[in-house]
Amino acid sequence: MNPKYRRLFITIIIVLTLGLATKLILMALEDNIVYFYTPNDLNEKFGDAQNIQNKIRIGGLVLESSIKKEGEKTIFMITDRKKEVKVLFDGPLPDLFREGQGIVAEGMFQNNNFIASEVLAKHDENYMPPEVADALKKNNVWKGDSD
Amino acid sequence: MFDWLANPNRFNRITEKTQPFILFISIIALFSGLYFGLFDSPKDYQQGNAVRIMYVHVPSAWLASFLYFSLAISCVFYLVWKHPLADLVSSSIAPIGVLFSALTLITGSLWGKPMWGTWWVWDARLTSMLVLFFFYLGYILLRNAFERKTDGSKTASVLAIVGLINLPIVKFSVDWWHTLHQPASIIKFGGPSIDEKMLLPLSLMFLALSFFSLYLIILNVKTKLIEKKCEALLLKSNLEEIS
Repeated sequence: MNPKYRRLFITIIIVLTLGLATKLILMALEDNIVYFYTPNDLNEKFGDAQNIQNKIRIGGLVLESSIKKEGEKTIFMITDRKKEVKVLFDGPLPDLFREGQGIVAEGMFQNNNFIASEVLAKHDENYMPPEVADALKKNNVWKGDSD
Repeated sequence: MFDWLANPNRFNRITEKTQPFILFISIIALFSGLYFGLFDSPKDYQQGNAVRIMYVHVPSAWLASFLYFSLAISCVFYLVWKHPLADLVSSSIAPIGVLFSALTLITGSLWGKPMWGTWWVWDARLTSMLVLFFFYLGYILLRNAFERKTDGSKTASVLAIVGLINLPIVKFSVDWWHTLHQPASIIKFGGPSIDEKMLLPLSLMFLALSFFSLYLIILNVKTKLIEKKCEALLLKSNLEEIS
């Protein structure tokens, strides 16, 4: 074979092999790569919340009219529209925190309550001016995070 | 075909004429992009004015990925066809890639603090972008770590090609795993989920930064060609002195 094509062939083989190896590693490490679980993921993976001893992150939407304040403490539900988890948090909330907002909470379970040590807001991929957002909500074609 | 592209004299002749235009387009696009981005585009319904960080962040991220792709492909040409100009092109792209990947990480972090509530998280998108930054740095360091220049070029080229595997991970990390970073808004099924008035400054800034990178890369390649010529002349005069 022409040495040029041999080198090209070897390069392609190396890239494909390394790609496959990387893919396998990523698949094996999937549990470490996902940044958070949704409440439904948790249910499928662990069953009961009692089985979860480690620190984990839960992501989802803040359930509408579930936010309660008790002094410094905020209590709310995270939902993925299938399952819900009750979260207790006493710390500074991000500015974007509100009903229907996507958030990620880090913490541990205690008797089916999730005691969060940190709450982050998750922004979605929709970018629009406020007037457009209002118009969409008015016309009931809102496809954002609080539908 | 590649010989035609890779002739240094022809390269010089073509770029001599096109370079001023490239710079011109870049400057016009930069100023109009900054004007629309900072003054004549709406606030976001959630992010307020912080959305304007996107006009630097997103083009930088695209360019960081695209430039890495070009760098690695150029490395393939160097390793397979052994053309020295391909090595010059890769090494000319690398510092600009470092710049844009660093800009992506910094602007993202500045946006993350007010929006997410944190400067940094180890989610798949942020981590793979950091890895891309390190591949750029690794390429530059490795290329200069050898006594014989060609050894450095070859080893660094291999590293750069290995790093190609990271690119799909950067792009699809937000689809493959749950990440804190939001999924793609522009290149996705069903059209972009971004308002047209915001898409305009974003496109202008992307145009500006792309052309500016192209300008810098050409400038880098030219400088390196002159360096090579100087080295050759120096070698020749040394030889003449000896004989």
